[in-house]
Amino acid sequence: MSELKLERADVMAKLMTVRGDALIIAGLGSPVWDVASSDHKPENFYLWGGMGCAISMGLGCALAQPDRKVWVITGDGEALMGVGSFATVASQRPANLAVVVLDNEHYGETGMQRTSTSHGADLAVMAGGAGIPTTLAITDMAGVDGLTAALTSGPLPLVAVVKIAASKPNLVLPARDGVYLKNRFRQAVLGATDAMHAS
Amino acid sequence: MADPWTVEAHRLFKKHGIKTVGYVPDAGLTDLINACDADNDIKAVVMTTEEEGIGLSSGAWLGGEKAAILMQSSGVGNTVNAIASIVSSCQFPLFMIVTMRGQYGESNPWQIPMGQATAPVLRSVGVRVYEVDTEEDAVGAIENGLKMAFVSNAAVAVLIGQKLIGAKSFIADVAEEVTHV
Repeated sequence: MSELKLERADVMAKLMTVRGDALIIAGLGSPVWDVASSDHKPENFYLWGGMGCAISMGLGCALAQPDRKVWVITGDGEALMGVGSFATVASQRPANLAVVVLDNEHYGETGMQRTSTSHGADLAVMAGGAGIPTTLAITDMAGVDGLTAALTSGPLPLVAVVKIAASKPNLVLPARDGVYLKNRFRQAVLGATDAMHAS
Repeated sequence: MADPWTVEAHRLFKKHGIKTVGYVPDAGLTDLINACDADNDIKAVVMTTEEEGIGLSSGAWLGGEKAAILMQSSGVGNTVNAIASIVSSCQFPLFMIVTMRGQYGESNPWQIPMGQATAPVLRSVGVRVYEVDTEEDAVGAIENGLKMAFVSNAAVAVLIGQKLIGAKSFIADVAEEVTHV
């Protein structure tokens, strides 16, 4: 197990300084609370289910909104469950998609069981092996500074794996109503009228 | 010559403004996949598992676009939780074309159980299932399914039966010479 010293709240606060108008897909689990506590706004889609789908959802959104950045903020357990999506993203090379994995090496929501990343699985290497052109493995604040620079000036797509302490997230919970979250996101992106009609 | 229903499916994708087509291949989908791949107005996305299609389609809708997902019936099992928890909870539109295995004249016994389970599994998670066995029914179901999915925020699967696509899509069934051991 590598040394886990970064605090997730500190990482999120730093990332949000360069968010701009990026759209965010938050993967099931603590990343939902992380995104809600650091920059709660309609342009966040919070996944309360569908474990393993955050990255593919980010890809779908990025392909549909090529002029906006799309960030997927997710955890190591969630990313592992949909790890094939690294290859799918790599085959599309969306120049507006960034995936940030907050890797505390544990399943935080279910009782802090260890994930495979605590046994040596390296998500940054897996992403690189899948063909993601830019991968970052981050263990300290200088690395997070590098990530903010990469998020700002690219090139994308990238996958960043940020090792964080297995500490409790700020429990800031957004709405659980999926229809509301969907429509709210679409209204923010498409405008009130277009959001409620098929394109 | 491309299978006629696939030509119509591609035309209907264009008519209904489908911009992304995610697929895990099947022999019966070859012509449709090739048509989407060759179309500059459609982003054809090869996926590593069918579950990705649910994320892809829902993400496209969040970004204001329509997606369609193509898979073989054996892949339907990989989509179950994603459909139940994402599509159903959020009422995302979903349009899938599923080519059937394990059905009429199947020669691979390992395909039969999931082939039998495909429609009930999809129905159990709230998907409207249209099972078609003729060109005419396939085209009608695709046209109306697209409408229903994106105008009514419904989850729709069109199951293309083996009576239409043929049971012989497995490479061992069409090889001229095989050796048995």
